[in-house]
Amino acid sequence: MFDRRLLQNFDWALALMTYVLAGIGLLTIYSAMAPTVQGGATAFVYRQALWFAFGSLALVVAFIPHYNWLDRWVWVLYALCIFLLIWVLFFGKTVSGARRWISLGPFTLQPSELVKLAVIVVLAHLYSESARESGLSLGDLVKPAIFVLLPFVLILLEPDLGGALMLLLIGGSMTLFVKVRRRAFAWLVGFGAAAAPLAWFLLKDYQKQRIFTFLNPDRDPLGAGYHIIQSKIAIGSGGLTGKGYLDGSQKALAYLPEQHTDFIFSVFAEEWGLAGSSALLFLFLVFLGLGLNIAFRSKDPFGTVLAVGVVVMIFWQAFINVGMVMGLMPVVGVPMPLVSYGGSSVLTTMIGIGLLLSVGMRRFMFE
Amino acid sequence: MNLYLKTGWNDWYRRRVPGVFLLLLAAFCILFLRLFQLQVLGGAQYHRLSENNAIRLQALAPHRGLILDANGYCLADNRPSFDVCIVPWYARHSQTVLPLLSEILSIDGDRLAERVNQGRRSAPYSPVCAREDIDRDLLAVIHARLPELPGVILNVRSQRHYPQDGAVAHLVGYVGQISPQEIADGRFPHRRSGDLVGKYGVERAFDAMISGRYGGRQVEVDAKGQVVSVLRTVPAEPGSDIRLTLDMRLQNRARQLMGDNTGAVVAVDIRTGGILAMVSQPDFNPNWFVDGMSTDQWNFLAQDPARPLENKALLAYPPGSVYKIVSAMAGLEEGVITPQSTFFCSGFLEFGGRDFRCWKKGGHGRKALVAALAESCDVYFYELGLLLGVDRLAWYAHACGLGSVTGLGFDNESPGLVATAAWKRARFNESWMSGETLSVVIGQGFNLVTPLQMAFLTAAVANGGILYKPQVVARITTPWGGTEESFAPVVRGRLPVSPQNLEVIMQGLWGAVNGPAGTARAARLADVPFSGKTGTAQVVGRGDRETFLNRIYDRRDFQNHAWFAGYHVGQDGEGIAVAVFVEHGGGGSAVAAPIARDLIAEYARRAGPVAAAGADVPDWRE
Repeated sequence: MFDRRLLQNFDWALALMTYVLAGIGLLTIYSAMAPTVQGGATAFVYRQALWFAFGSLALVVAFIPHYNWLDRWVWVLYALCIFLLIWVLFFGKTVSGARRWISLGPFTLQPSELVKLAVIVVLAHLYSESARESGLSLGDLVKPAIFVLLPFVLILLEPDLGGALMLLLIGGSMTLFVKVRRRAFAWLVGFGAAAAPLAWFLLKDYQKQRIFTFLNPDRDPLGAGYHIIQSKIAIGSGGLTGKGYLDGSQKALAYLPEQHTDFIFSVFAEEWGLAGSSALLFLFLVFLGLGLNIAFRSKDPFGTVLAVGVVVMIFWQAFINVGMVMGLMPVVGVPMPLVSYGGSSVLTTMIGIGLLLSVGMRRFMFE
Repeated sequence: MNLYLKTGWNDWYRRRVPGVFLLLLAAFCILFLRLFQLQVLGGAQYHRLSENNAIRLQALAPHRGLILDANGYCLADNRPSFDVCIVPWYARHSQTVLPLLSEILSIDGDRLAERVNQGRRSAPYSPVCAREDIDRDLLAVIHARLPELPGVILNVRSQRHYPQDGAVAHLVGYVGQISPQEIADGRFPHRRSGDLVGKYGVERAFDAMISGRYGGRQVEVDAKGQVVSVLRTVPAEPGSDIRLTLDMRLQNRARQLMGDNTGAVVAVDIRTGGILAMVSQPDFNPNWFVDGMSTDQWNFLAQDPARPLENKALLAYPPGSVYKIVSAMAGLEEGVITPQSTFFCSGFLEFGGRDFRCWKKGGHGRKALVAALAESCDVYFYELGLLLGVDRLAWYAHACGLGSVTGLGFDNESPGLVATAAWKRARFNESWMSGETLSVVIGQGFNLVTPLQMAFLTAAVANGGILYKPQVVARITTPWGGTEESFAPVVRGRLPVSPQNLEVIMQGLWGAVNGPAGTARAARLADVPFSGKTGTAQVVGRGDRETFLNRIYDRRDFQNHAWFAGYHVGQDGEGIAVAVFVEHGGGGSAVAAPIARDLIAEYARRAGPVAAAGADVPDWRE
């Protein structure tokens, strides 16, 4: 099964970047958990490392076969994910009022994460066939729209605003990538504008609160705005060079909520300052650039769109997470890929990277 | 599947990829700019905010100085007050602690549970106070059962306490929370909102000295409120203790003698101006202000017609005949009369078409000054008043310390009133009528004096004419016993009278108590020689008072005020001056004089105000 050419074209840089980012994540998680967990911080690091081990396994499994097996099994995969989404709505584990997880023994699985990949594959499949130079027409958009909106609604019901939003963004970006006709685009925008008020009513109160708080965090410094204010203080107080590894005072005193998950970037920024934070952002940019390079060099549309989809998935998560902790957008509970603590996110991202590697490896191979 | 060979197609897709990259680049630039904004532009501010988040200032309350009497009896101290609190974090595992605690403390269990749950979410290490200031029995119960009450702690606070209850309420005063007005005025420069400051009496006048200084601790706390470390501690400075001139035994005796009467007693040391006793009735228990009072107690304080919160020793009333001391002094010094001058009293004087009556219906007959004073002949003084005129009389009154505050230093002292023609013109836009002088000269009419002023005037008569400034604090001591400040007597002025004339007046006052027809004769003592003057100040005209209907109803508030001002001088020149005022007490000789007599007797029969070591002096540390 293995061809020498596969290894030749293996994108070592991308793989390296993956583990560099993972390593940064592990170090920062340790720092984030150290003060509050009193010696149990290493447990978190081990667990995350374990997830990376699984992730690496999944990554390898993802790039071993030619990626067009996805093309063949796309509907099965999609159906499976939809099934899991429905399953979680009825039988899922509830944590702080949200049913997003399925228990599998000691581990929990978040279907909303996996479904992102499924949607990417579905859209890659559809667009690799139907895209035109003049762009997609409104009629062309119907099918993709259904396949995106179905899981979107299911995720929204959990409720998981962040996850649903992510689906829309990924789907939207991929659609725009394959070009949409101007008229269709106008229709889309119009539809979105009309749907927004409706969506507003469907939002739960706390979700509305989130948006209000985003617009004015000082309005509620002890409640919803608290996280953002504390996050900004943590980031801002890092200054140019940061307070030093393990020395972040905001983090140490547990003023930051969710320091090891959503707000991991704040911890990092407090300890490494502008220098460190911009370096991390730069690393991400390079990482994504490598992914896009794979898309660029891919020889077939499916591969290109698939690669773009994975890149876009990672991009949006990173962008929204960092933007959120810096107060640029409402808090929506999106973790930072590879860096944040959290098994499902790691798993999904690693699978995605595996797919990227798969596309990259096979740019000269046709089956 | 056959699309894969359509490389032409793929070029179209591929060409769009760099565009994507550019968009990503732009997005990351936005993020970078935001980072720059937060970390570089706002860096200093956020750094400061991160510091402020974590650091809290805990105030350390100072020990408030004690207030002691001249012999060391404690009049105001601090007692421990125990609060029962519960720390939500430590109580979180127990289902039983809240119901049990509520039961022991007899408080609403649901309310407590609500507050504790809220505390657990927001600040789990901050104690929630379940009940404040529990008594010792309850304290013992809780303490014994602490093992069953996880998370429950006992906080100790220092609470002001007045061991003598109401005995010195008006003089010592009480403390309370500083009001926004007081903060704005800057009256208490080192205090902030929430601090206790003196509100009344000595507590207020000497607050700066006994309050001490707050200390503080700078602690670092985490988001739950748990103290992580103590950065700096500045200890609190305890307040100094105050020793008053007051003699608690005289004070208690005076209070006992006043009984249920409304009014005031002021006793003064004639050689120093030190206040030995100051009683105002009705009194109140200052502990109510500190411990919290019931609605009934508040209603009593605020609405009782006898107005317990007033210090009647500092309020101004018509003096009645005790004013004749001033009139006599003015007459002698101005030369309009001599000790030998006489006037005939037939029971009334006709003037301006009116009959001005003397209290003795049949009249006193022909009397000279000494007898006129002793027997308090109104007609004699009417004649004197006509010769003097109101303005000259007023001058002497002022020189005797009337009509202005004495310098005691309390906020609530009234200056009294000394009427002059100019005053009346300014006040009523009318000119003075001579007939009004007749009222003024015998202590009726517009003039008003306070018992404090009367006491000091009397003291000046007793000690040869020195008018002292009232002194209530003898010395201020540091908490470790050393003297911080000692207060020497301060002379305010001298009475405008020659020694000879003063002697004449003293004879008159002697006669009032000891003479055959003295108005206070019934009050004389065989073993303790003292002198004084009675006074009966009319509240309503006699005609009104004695109408048939009013006599039937015996309206107390139509009764005259009773005054007595007297003094006793001992062997070596030390002595006591006493002013007694009984609101609506009726006759001065009947009501006020006996009180003064017994108080003077109390004073004189002991070794003097400042006790040397003696078996009957209890240790103030008890």
